[in-house]
Amino acid sequence: MAELHLPGTLVPLFRELPRRIDIDAATVDEAINRLDERWPGVRDRLCESGALLRPHIHVYVDRERAALDTALAAHSRVDVVAAISGG
Amino acid sequence: MPQTVVLVGTRKGCFVLESDGDRRDWKLRGPYCEGWPIYHAVHDSGSGAIYAAGASEWHGSGIWRSTDLGETWEVSSEGLGYANGDQKLSKVSGLTAAHGRILAGAENPGIFESRDGGVTWSLLTTIEGHPAREAWNDPANQPPGHLGVPAMLPDPDESSRFWAIVQGIGIFETTDDGATWTPRNRGLRADWPLEDPEIGYCVHKLVMSPVDRQRMYQQNHVGMHRSDDGGLSWVEITDGLPTEFGFAAAAHPHDRDTFYVVPLDPGHGRFMPDGKAAVWRTRDAGSSWQRLDRGLPQEDAYLGVLREGMAIDSYDSPGLYFGTSTGQLFASSDEGDSWTEIASYLPAISSVEVAVIA
Repeated sequence: MAELHLPGTLVPLFRELPRRIDIDAATVDEAINRLDERWPGVRDRLCESGALLRPHIHVYVDRERAALDTALAAHSRVDVVAAISGG
Repeated sequence: MPQTVVLVGTRKGCFVLESDGDRRDWKLRGPYCEGWPIYHAVHDSGSGAIYAAGASEWHGSGIWRSTDLGETWEVSSEGLGYANGDQKLSKVSGLTAAHGRILAGAENPGIFESRDGGVTWSLLTTIEGHPAREAWNDPANQPPGHLGVPAMLPDPDESSRFWAIVQGIGIFETTDDGATWTPRNRGLRADWPLEDPEIGYCVHKLVMSPVDRQRMYQQNHVGMHRSDDGGLSWVEITDGLPTEFGFAAAAHPHDRDTFYVVPLDPGHGRFMPDGKAAVWRTRDAGSSWQRLDRGLPQEDAYLGVLREGMAIDSYDSPGLYFGTSTGQLFASSDEGDSWTEIASYLPAISSVEVAVIA
């Protein structure tokens, strides 16, 4: 199970979405899809159409910058970060 | 006693101000919508719901909805997108609620609709059909910033008839719910070369008189204009105003000849001229104009008001409201004769709408 940490800006948009959640997924893309199954609309808040992360959404897997196709290991830590975007 | 509700869309969320029918004392609530930039918040008189179009820098565009006058909110973007990969939805802005549905204008140019109270959305039209439509998305032909549909004006009686503004292109009318479109820009002025005389006009705000659907007014990039034939043709009514430029406009709810505008400096400043705040009113359909400034700051007041930044209510003595791009909200309960600042330190204001709830 990968350990997902979600941005504080995302959590209030979905009922009972936690900041930290364990997800069984092989890639970042799959992890986001698992979230979207339980909280419909999450994927659209993190990804653009065409299967790309939104420009100011950064994902790190085990502290390395990642993309949607980045593979997850059994106990990967996934940090989804709302990157700095001005005042 | 009726309730007066003013919805304020700002760069940092939506705010709600409430008063009674006297409109003297106001209570402010917010910010709502998690502080997302809100471009336009509207009240649907049919359902009582509030809708707010916004875009998060991180999480993209969405339309918020509240069925309890702003106490609780949910956001949806389900269906807000173009299947065609060439078109990217960068923003939803103008909202219109009428005939049991909500319309949302978008960049790139398109109009989405929701018939389930904002839970899901579907693409209604990309305003196809005009011979020059294909050139709109060419960046070389776009106005500075973005190209989109910032506003739609519904027909009060016919649900399949409405008008849409395309930035820098002009007004289009549909009578078949978006299947076909006709440019409605005849008589407008353009201070730039036009390849096609039917389009290429910079319409900022379009309003219809609630008591005469043939009477329309528009604030254009170059001048104020009036139509007496439901938009088929336009005449300029700028004479008597301090500038030809502005964004906001409002039509009197009971008098077809009374109309309000906020002239702005047309240069880079785009604030009220000479640092003196004023709204201007005509009571004779644009033959003459009256400056309304009692209670408004007359020194060092470099205030801007955007397209959706002014609203008028429906009382016998209508109240006006305008919000500035520096966060002040002014209100008048006597048709603009005198003004009071009812909020002073809001984030930059994008939109102001008002509802009277019995």
